[in-house]
Amino acid sequence: MSGTFLGMPGFASGARRRGAAENGNTGADPGFPAFPEAAHTSVHDERLRGNLRHATHTIRDKRARAVAELADWAELREAGRRIKDRTLRHLDRYLLQLEEAVTAAGGTVHWAADAAEANRIVTDLIRETGETEVVKIKSMATQEIGLNEALEAEGIRAYETDLAELIVQLGDDRPSHILVPAIHRNRGEIRDIFRDRMGDWGRAAPEGLTDTPADLAEAARLHLREKFLRAKVAVSGANFMVAETGTLVVVESEGNGRMCLTLPETLISVVGIEKVVPTWRDLEVFLQTLPRSSTAERMNPYTSMWTGTTDGDGPSRFHLVLLDAGRTDTLADATGRQALRCIRCSACLNVCPVYERAGGHAYGSVYPGPIGAILTPQLRGTESEIDASLPYASSLCGACYEVCPVAIDIPEVLVHLRERVAARGGPGHRLERAAIKAAGWVLDRPGVLAAGERLAHRTRALHPGNVPGAGAWTDSRDLPEMPAESFRDWWRKNRT
Amino acid sequence: MRVALFVTCVNDALYPATGVATVRLLERLGVTVDFPAAQTCCGQPQFNTGYRAETAPLVRRTVRAFEGYEYVVTPSGSCAAMLRRHYGQFGPEAAELGPRTYELTEFLVDVLGVTDVGAYYPHRVTYHPSCHGLRLLGLGDRPRRLLEAVKGLELVELPGAEECCGFGGTFAVKNPDVSAAMGTDKVRNALASWAGVLCGADNSCLMHLGGTMSRMGVLPRLRPVHLAEILASTEEEPLT
Repeated sequence: MSGTFLGMPGFASGARRRGAAENGNTGADPGFPAFPEAAHTSVHDERLRGNLRHATHTIRDKRARAVAELADWAELREAGRRIKDRTLRHLDRYLLQLEEAVTAAGGTVHWAADAAEANRIVTDLIRETGETEVVKIKSMATQEIGLNEALEAEGIRAYETDLAELIVQLGDDRPSHILVPAIHRNRGEIRDIFRDRMGDWGRAAPEGLTDTPADLAEAARLHLREKFLRAKVAVSGANFMVAETGTLVVVESEGNGRMCLTLPETLISVVGIEKVVPTWRDLEVFLQTLPRSSTAERMNPYTSMWTGTTDGDGPSRFHLVLLDAGRTDTLADATGRQALRCIRCSACLNVCPVYERAGGHAYGSVYPGPIGAILTPQLRGTESEIDASLPYASSLCGACYEVCPVAIDIPEVLVHLRERVAARGGPGHRLERAAIKAAGWVLDRPGVLAAGERLAHRTRALHPGNVPGAGAWTDSRDLPEMPAESFRDWWRKNRT
Repeated sequence: MRVALFVTCVNDALYPATGVATVRLLERLGVTVDFPAAQTCCGQPQFNTGYRAETAPLVRRTVRAFEGYEYVVTPSGSCAAMLRRHYGQFGPEAAELGPRTYELTEFLVDVLGVTDVGAYYPHRVTYHPSCHGLRLLGLGDRPRRLLEAVKGLELVELPGAEECCGFGGTFAVKNPDVSAAMGTDKVRNALASWAGVLCGADNSCLMHLGGTMSRMGVLPRLRPVHLAEILASTEEEPLT
């Protein structure tokens, strides 16, 4: 397992952050608590709960309407699942085809086995240009590898240009959602961040900035325009890579990405190897399912596609960094590999009752919510406390599977990963296995079970309100009253 | 018609009234009910927590207990889902039990072909469609149709009905804070419907929600009642 730093910028201290980025592959922050402890704080944060509830319910309702408009949604979902599965089965072949096509179109392809290697490649490429500033398109892959922190350690400043990422960066905060990284912030908080921090990073916020969306957007526009016009290097990810033509695709709502893709002289795209699709035609499916699932739009406002380089149009140098970082290990797992179908739409986050209460930060990874709970422990292993706890961060309600546009059976993978964690016998699991074995012994002997039930029912008046060991239950709920007799005994007396 | 009742371990030990109601209801509809005493637990909690090896003996026991029955009926959507959706992973014999297993409302509506079971229950009721019944079994509107046909019963909408109550088996213990927050929201939604009864077809969810209601101090203004008990209730023998 090649360890991966699934970027937690802003959480750890600066020194630890840089250390992680330098090592590049330290996995989870060792100081990050397991999910239940992290969620303990967030679940009681009323403002956070309010922000999350409002945002997720708004998006999920809009998504449901946008999806209901298409009569062939089920077929599109199935087509997406099949395209992704077929691609993953022959991933080696499509990646080589992609490399050939990108090279033929004037681009350069680099292969990165892990986060450290990817960061080193990007850093060297930027150094070669002599620049110390880059503009960035919102990208999960670069967050996953902690690129901004790695660049910062080398004296290169990376400016996020997506509005939500800008809010997170200015706030020295962490993203808490795949699509809406600042979902945990409300308008008032964003106004304060802009007013207090924009000046440190470039053009300051206008005097008397209000918290109306139009005002906030205008402040961001002015702040960012200065960077677009100055930047010589841009760093992006990609939503898709087309193997047959070597074309990369970014879909977005704001147009900031298109500015980064067209204005600078050098473009560096860091993309996970699972993002390849075989043909141009395959985009037909995903360009319908992705926007409807993520932003509840029929079509995203900006779809940018670029193929190598063209004289006099766009960047004159194009580098593609293909990122593995745990993906081939994930691919080797027949059940778990379906997580690699993910197109990062975040519909599963918006519908997840656990995400809604715990918030994205509790997942300790740039991939929060249900998809994060199955992707993160596969990409970086289950050694740390947080990673071992993620497969249990779900009630298995199945809402995520229902909305997934590529039909990832998230509950199935969660149970599969729980097996992996339980088999490793990590903290708590040895005791748990012993208890389960003991219960299994009783449950395999109906006579013993009946005797136990009888004893419990006869002594029911003696049961204390708080049964030892039931603390996690009785902290917030009462135990049911013990009935006078079991069903088994009723049946014996009344029906035999 | 003869059926085997799979009462489930939770109902056996903690909610015998649900088992008794299921027996009375089925008998009233002319069905002969057997209770194979060799049954215990289907293994769902073990399986869902990641203990597959420990689940296997319970699967074998359950399969043996219900050998030879054309219909196995259970008043628990999540246990029915375990048999139907996951037993296939434990060999061909186990795979064969799932299709013979019916959650109670499926059995009433699909096999017996009834929606009006002659029940009487004069209360304002709201229905929580538990996740496994809703998504894994696809119970659809069967429980609603059965409730709507109950004499005297006023069925009201539960806001956010399709959201998980937060029980989730061992999730309730492993993630107590999130689980409790979800349960509290579910109870608040039930209170907002002004129902006096929160009906469900899974006592595990109702145990979690009942425990939450008790802690919130809203009992007995709102109380949890299993669907089988409502359907078993008649004018002659009303459920109190």
